Amino acid sequence: MYDFSIITTAIDQFLRSLMPSGLAIFIECVLVGACVLVAYIVLAIIMIFMERKVCAAFQCRLGPMRVGFWGTLQVFSDVFKMIIKEIIDLKRTDNMLYNLAPFLVVLSSVLTFSCLPFAKGMEVLDFNVGLFFLMATSSFGVLGIMLAGWSSNNKYSMIGAMRSGAQMVSYELSIGISMLTLVVLSGTLQLSEIVSRQSDAWFIVKGHIPAFIAFVIYLIAGNAETNRGPFDLPEAESELTAGYHTEYSGMGFGFFYVAEFMNLFIVSGIASTIFLGGWMPLHILGLDGFNAAMDYIPGVVWFLGKTFFVIWLLMWIRWTFPRLRIDQVITLEWKYLVPIGIVNLLIMTLCVVMGWTL
Amino acid sequence: MNTTFIPLNEFRSQMETLRRDKGMDFLRDMIGMDWGEDGLGVIYLLENSATKENISVATRTTDRVAPAIPTVSDLWKIANIYEREVFDFFGIIFNGHPNLRRLFLRNDWVGYPLRKDYDESEAVNPVRMYSENNQNDCTYTLAEDGTIKQIPDTLFDNNEYVINIGPQHPATHGVLRFRLSLEGEFINKVDIHCGYIHRGIEKISEKYPYPQILALTDRLDYLSAHQNRHALCMCIEKAMGLEVTERTQYIRTIMDELQRIDSHLLFISCAAMDLGALTTFIYGFRDREKLLDIMEEVTGGRLIQNYNVIGGVQADITPGFAEKVKTFCKDILNKLNEYNDVFTNNIITRKRMLGIGVLSTEDVISYGCTGGTGRASGWSCDVRKRHPYALYDKVDFKEIIYNNGDCYDRFLVRIDEIKESVRIIEQLIDSIPEGEYKVKTKPIIRIPEGSYHAAVEGSRGEFGVFIESKGDKSPYRIKFRPMGLPLIASMETMLKGNKIADLMAIGATLDYVIPDIDR
Amino acid sequence: MEMKKPIIKSIPYEEFKDNETLEALIKEINKERTNVVVGALDDLINWGRSNSLWSLTFATSCCGIEFMSVGAARYDFARFGFEVTRNSPRQADLIMVAGTITHKMAPVLKRLYDQMAEPKYVIAVGGCAISGGPFKGSYHVLNGVDKIIPVDVYIPGCPPRPEAILYGMMQLQRKVKIEKFFGGVNHKQKKEEQTDNYPLVITNVPQEITDKTEKEQ
Repeated sequence: MYDFSIITTAIDQFLRSLMPSGLAIFIECVLVGACVLVAYIVLAIIMIFMERKVCAAFQCRLGPMRVGFWGTLQVFSDVFKMIIKEIIDLKRTDNMLYNLAPFLVVLSSVLTFSCLPFAKGMEVLDFNVGLFFLMATSSFGVLGIMLAGWSSNNKYSMIGAMRSGAQMVSYELSIGISMLTLVVLSGTLQLSEIVSRQSDAWFIVKGHIPAFIAFVIYLIAGNAETNRGPFDLPEAESELTAGYHTEYSGMGFGFFYVAEFMNLFIVSGIASTIFLGGWMPLHILGLDGFNAAMDYIPGVVWFLGKTFFVIWLLMWIRWTFPRLRIDQVITLEWKYLVPIGIVNLLIMTLCVVMGWTL
Repeated sequence: MNTTFIPLNEFRSQMETLRRDKGMDFLRDMIGMDWGEDGLGVIYLLENSATKENISVATRTTDRVAPAIPTVSDLWKIANIYEREVFDFFGIIFNGHPNLRRLFLRNDWVGYPLRKDYDESEAVNPVRMYSENNQNDCTYTLAEDGTIKQIPDTLFDNNEYVINIGPQHPATHGVLRFRLSLEGEFINKVDIHCGYIHRGIEKISEKYPYPQILALTDRLDYLSAHQNRHALCMCIEKAMGLEVTERTQYIRTIMDELQRIDSHLLFISCAAMDLGALTTFIYGFRDREKLLDIMEEVTGGRLIQNYNVIGGVQADITPGFAEKVKTFCKDILNKLNEYNDVFTNNIITRKRMLGIGVLSTEDVISYGCTGGTGRASGWSCDVRKRHPYALYDKVDFKEIIYNNGDCYDRFLVRIDEIKESVRIIEQLIDSIPEGEYKVKTKPIIRIPEGSYHAAVEGSRGEFGVFIESKGDKSPYRIKFRPMGLPLIASMETMLKGNKIADLMAIGATLDYVIPDIDR
Repeated sequence: MEMKKPIIKSIPYEEFKDNETLEALIKEINKERTNVVVGALDDLINWGRSNSLWSLTFATSCCGIEFMSVGAARYDFARFGFEVTRNSPRQADLIMVAGTITHKMAPVLKRLYDQMAEPKYVIAVGGCAISGGPFKGSYHVLNGVDKIIPVDVYIPGCPPRPEAILYGMMQLQRKVKIEKFFGGVNHKQKKEEQTDNYPLVITNVPQEITDKTEKEQ
């Protein structure tokens, strides 16, 4: 296996040989921050392009074709346009909160994004309560959405934000429970540790039935958490025009748009980390030659491959199902997912205690 | 058409007798009239929904300053909105009407446009570029001393959370506007505003000769363009005593059914889009394009075809027509299964539609909701069965009737109707007789003095045409029965207590087209 | 740096109609000289803007159905970068006035236009939006939307075919490609221009003011 920490250690030693360690750490922090932001933006652009092409394929269309080869530059032109689009100042809005809201949403998703372990030694925020931290940071995105709806002085935004509040806070619970199920199995909250414990078998295999149930619950709840169809009520296009970001133009809207896609990436990334073995290659017991060949594929590729597979699954769902109604969304969560999740957690605990795992 | 005139003082009691004792429970249409010196009045077209018996009664008043007629809005629910329309166009006050406001025009509009003495000049009614102030809304009644009294409208008070859906909103299928008073997600009160696409077709028609009016009917409900035009042609032909050839009848029937399939496909797409299933929306449009290809080849137009003319059709069908239609019919039945797999049988769709927006059979008749909406509530209201025209008495088809009257039934009715339309087409397509496709008519068409009425089954209900002629080359008064107006009038009963998301489901399955409502 | 002729991929320049208008515009822009860096940035921005024209979902009548067809599987305007139709005017770049605009709708349309963020473009689709079309003689129809908002491209037809709508949108792309963002001619309207040529929409007029103006009249 490649270990990315060789490179980071080399850079660290090089910097320390040049300057005092305090300054070196500062420069490293800046570098890492820049890398995270660049990765964030690049992935967002890839995701938007993927969404358009996947959606077009489901709908018997071609999707973007004219800008660049097969429309590859389409998203760049959208970005250029969005950056120079006028940002409208609105009367009778709470200006500070109105401008703060998109940043909160993006901040939440960038923080969560930096928790993801991309490859061995390639994790930014990695400490012993990683999963807990990740849940904490991902959950304050809803604050930005609520603020956006409240401060816009628009009734559509208001309803969208209220829906979003009810929905996201509820589904946070299911996400937590299904993650907890896996924490019981892994015995640690540290993300890098969770991944390395899957070296012999992925948790979805190790935990067999309860892990699979947790995976399904996680996918449903994760989809709801990212406000994507069939749970896109907060921005339900045919009901609330554009929901909580109705009044945002230019980059304000751009931030919401990017954050939505990156939240999808994060949800899928976590799914691949805790269920599908993260950057661990596919190993099949007994096939040593095959396993050795799989080890040659870098961890980043494995991680991104698994993540994009989950993203594709979620896009498939988004472009197939109609939208739920708000009471149905809440019913689904509180009457079905939460009880099933709790029972599942108990089963998992039982399995672990009795040693029934694979 | 024979109209019985009832004197004003007996009017109310006679109407009550008609409604209660004679069972005339379906108010087909209400036509405001300006007879000039004979005064202003209203013609009521009534039907007994059980026996299919039709009568038309009228009443009038010679007072042009404050004309007043007793209301019938408590007898037929639909009269409420029809009377507002007549008030809007003719300024006739309906005594006892609960909420008499303008329906289509702005509340600061000057004059009543369909009166013969209406001043059309720009100076009277310029383009007002400020928004209409809803606080100025008021209800008009006749005070005891004979003057018109305005009562300020207090539909919504200041403490209510009132939200505007429309006029520019993706789910209103155009420019309809709902004012909703919300309690959280629940809808408390609804007020429907029409008229954002009121183009005054009935008034323009009074200036145009008959063949020119034909072009306007296509643009009423553009998704039943053929049927609309068929109705007008039929009415004029009936008035002139013109017999069209057998071949014309075949072509018209087939084209009507093709248009119905087209409209229902669009209905499925748009209903899916309103519920958030964008893929089904695109699927519907994909298959609709194939149908449009056939239409385009025959008529030359995609959406608006201008195909029917007085005495026949514009051009003969093309040689490969029958083959193409047959291939399409086979194809579309398979595609319906695809929609059912993706959308109709989807658990979310069923949960969103089942038991939502229920209309009872009595309500449907009282509101006059014809078409798919009526049939989903168990009312056999198909004009093709009730008053057969063209070849509908010769072909074998089933009138689709469901009984629950909820959104899901309204959706299923349309899917099944596509299958029935295919059956009708398949019965006719192989036996189109040879002959002329058009009867020669005089260059200038005049129809004899009198009043005439014809109705066809449009894509979303009964489309009626009423012509009052004075023997000129253009009509004295022409009235189109809007298919959508009863539908949106009935929304108020359906919406109360439902949620915002249900508004979209109900609106989608009612399948109204705004230009048809506003005319 | 000189402004060049706008090029649309795979379609020759000569095949477009009304090239003279564009050439006149280019000439006017080229009168002022621009820095190479600024010119290159302008090109980049124009490339971005012209390939990402998101239209507002706005349709009043028949033309709206054809507009929907353009977005659907066969014609698919996503290919050209008109990917998303936004429902909120704040996020739209383009308003396709598809259908008749009546007296009652006119202030609403104007208000929608005012709510859009710069740069914004208007396409008048169909006879009704251009001149009133078949309803020109009506008492309640606005004879052409260019009386209330500035129109960039007119697409005739009743309703125009989807191909015509695509062609019109490409014409708009060409027009967008010869704009200047930095210095010189910008699409953005000046305040005086707006108020002089087009009426302003006043909303929520307090009761006292309307009473007062009525009395004055």
